[in-house]
Amino acid sequence: MSALISVENLRKKFGHIVALRGISFEVAASELTVIIGPSGCGKSTLLRCLNGLELFDSGRVRIGDFTFERNNGISHRELQVQLRHLREEVGMVFQSFNLFPHLTVLENAVLAPMVVKKLDRQTAERRARELLAKVGLSDRLDYYPSQLSGGQQQRAAIARALAMSPKVMLYDEPTSSLDPSLVGEVLNIMRKLDDEGMTQVVVTHEMRFARDVADKILFLDDGELVESASPEEIFSAPRDERTREFLRSFL
Amino acid sequence: MEQMSARLGLLTLLLVVGLAGLSASADEPQELRWGGDSEGGAPYVFQDPKNPRDIIGFEVDLAEALGERLKRRPVFVQNQWDGLIPGLQRGNYDIAMNGLEITEDRKQEINFTLPYYVTTLQISVRVEEKGINSLADLKGRKVGTLKYSLAQRVLEREGGIQIRTYDGVINSYHDLANGRLDAVLNDYPIAIYYSRPIPKLKFAGPPIEMVLYGIGVRKEDAALLARLNQALLDLMKSGELRRIYEKWGLWNLETEKLFAQLTAAPAQALEDYTRSVTRKLSWRDRLWQYLSYVPILLFRGAPMTLLISVLGMALAIAFGLILALVNLYAPRPLAWASRAYIELFRGTPLLIQLYLIFYGLPSVGIRLDPLAAAIVGLGLNYAAYEAENYRAGIQAIPRGQMEAALSLGMTRAQALQHVIVPQALRIVIPPVTNDFIALFKDSSVVSVITMVELTKVYGQLASTYYDYIGVGILTAAIYFLMGLPFVRLARWAEARMATDKRVVVVARRRWFGVGAKPVEG
Repeated sequence: MSALISVENLRKKFGHIVALRGISFEVAASELTVIIGPSGCGKSTLLRCLNGLELFDSGRVRIGDFTFERNNGISHRELQVQLRHLREEVGMVFQSFNLFPHLTVLENAVLAPMVVKKLDRQTAERRARELLAKVGLSDRLDYYPSQLSGGQQQRAAIARALAMSPKVMLYDEPTSSLDPSLVGEVLNIMRKLDDEGMTQVVVTHEMRFARDVADKILFLDDGELVESASPEEIFSAPRDERTREFLRSFL
Repeated sequence: MEQMSARLGLLTLLLVVGLAGLSASADEPQELRWGGDSEGGAPYVFQDPKNPRDIIGFEVDLAEALGERLKRRPVFVQNQWDGLIPGLQRGNYDIAMNGLEITEDRKQEINFTLPYYVTTLQISVRVEEKGINSLADLKGRKVGTLKYSLAQRVLEREGGIQIRTYDGVINSYHDLANGRLDAVLNDYPIAIYYSRPIPKLKFAGPPIEMVLYGIGVRKEDAALLARLNQALLDLMKSGELRRIYEKWGLWNLETEKLFAQLTAAPAQALEDYTRSVTRKLSWRDRLWQYLSYVPILLFRGAPMTLLISVLGMALAIAFGLILALVNLYAPRPLAWASRAYIELFRGTPLLIQLYLIFYGLPSVGIRLDPLAAAIVGLGLNYAAYEAENYRAGIQAIPRGQMEAALSLGMTRAQALQHVIVPQALRIVIPPVTNDFIALFKDSSVVSVITMVELTKVYGQLASTYYDYIGVGILTAAIYFLMGLPFVRLARWAEARMATDKRVVVVARRRWFGVGAKPVEG
């Protein structure tokens, strides 16, 4: 079985600080992969490299049929075209939701399909309504983001990303800025998507969610991929001392 | 005791100084301070081209002759021509003498001496012009003249003429030569000295209207008025005045007739004349006058002010947005050009920019009519300010907004258009409103490029009736009231577009009296 995502030897520096030290891994279709690690370990940077919000210095990212690698020979314009190609395959959910505050929930989910995919309003709205129903927001279509709770906002953001029909969904600490009582409703959506066969990569500190739902867990420390294994292995028999130490702090 | 003597000493000192002052003013020959405008003022009063520190002109010679008769030393006081009468009333000088036409409305404010010169108005046109041979031919044409002059009133009385008024006479003849005007109407002496030297121009039609020049004297200075009249009569009889006019090439038949009449008239006629010019306005007359100003200000001035402001601001908002986006997102050379534009237009006076656009551009072949020049001038200037407003607004949008838009596959331009700029617009409504109010008032400066708008109409009324306070307050009130609806509109737009919808509900209720959906807290 060939993997849906394959990352090869990804390197990234911010000035003198090395963020990623040659990271390689693969994600099979329909898998849910969780990336864990101490803060500042590079897990958010890694995720952002997968949709081009951060440009890696060297290495290669392949998603489906599309391969993205750094090539200094290409023009700025060509680079932008490649990045848009990459992003069409990948949906992204942010820690701070980043919904468009001047648009209603429905308009948030309709905008990109109309602007980017040039769908007509009717088609785009039909699809948006379906997705918003799936995340449980059918009764909030005409609300503005500021009128919603954090959990509702994050669910709307997930629907907005799904509206572009991505092959992969990326989540960058999707529940970190939520009240503890609202975390569950967001995680439930991700479980539901997993059941439906969506390929997902999640950066999170929700260890129980990782243990219960993840097909594979990546442990990152100081820009290095320390361990990559099934939840059972990671949580019951971590091979590396650093993994053990990190998990201890959570128990 | 000691204190007492100190006080006494001070008192003595004051007394001595006071006496010295009195005796000095009694002994020295008095000055005859006369007001006029020497800027482009040939042949009346002007800087000697051979020696610019000296002023010359037939009125300078007249002042010398009058001074001799009155035993007072003439001193010239420079004053803008259209402000000569207010300057006289404020006491800046004793008499106003600078081709001031004797008119009924002016006589209500000041006294005039006997006329000292008679002339006519003269039309100038370009040499190839065939269609203008009388005042009536000026209908529908663009005609320039000196601001607040009798010629301007003659043109207004004729009606249907597009009048462009100028602070000085030189610009009007140059605008005629380069085609911005179809004709210029001014006093004959001005035409001789400023129109005739330009080879592209010629005189057209017969002389128009009899114009009498008189010396302006404050109403309360009756004694001075009588002495001036006597001195003028003496100068006419002795032929001195005629020699002055002959020297400047201004002697004419009308003046000869006038002098003959005046010098033959019995003293009774002179007294009657003096009495007739010293009538004052009653309080009730004033009130009616003010009421009659309101429609003039509202219909002749306000619509133009509104038009210039709204179109100027529209240009500023559109062009400002382009400047801001180029400055923030374009490649470096373009971004720098945009920054340079902003700094240049913010950092130099609007007035100079307007002069450059209106009087400077024709020399490189770009000839804008006054309305276009006013809108373009204000628009280009304010675009620099709006660009900075937008820049601040755009930079205030959290970075996550751009990232979210990009990660949805939008291009940078699409993200700006659909996500960033709409949010920035909401942020910049208050500062943009602020600038609109400022532009609204700044639009008053376009009167310098011959636009007739609210402030210009104010100037016309104020200088016709020499009432700068009453008309001024009236005009300021009109500006204020016209600005209010825009402030209100901006408030409403701000609330309507607020991203926090609770504000919207309040705004909707206030404006439409309709409740909106209840909102969860």
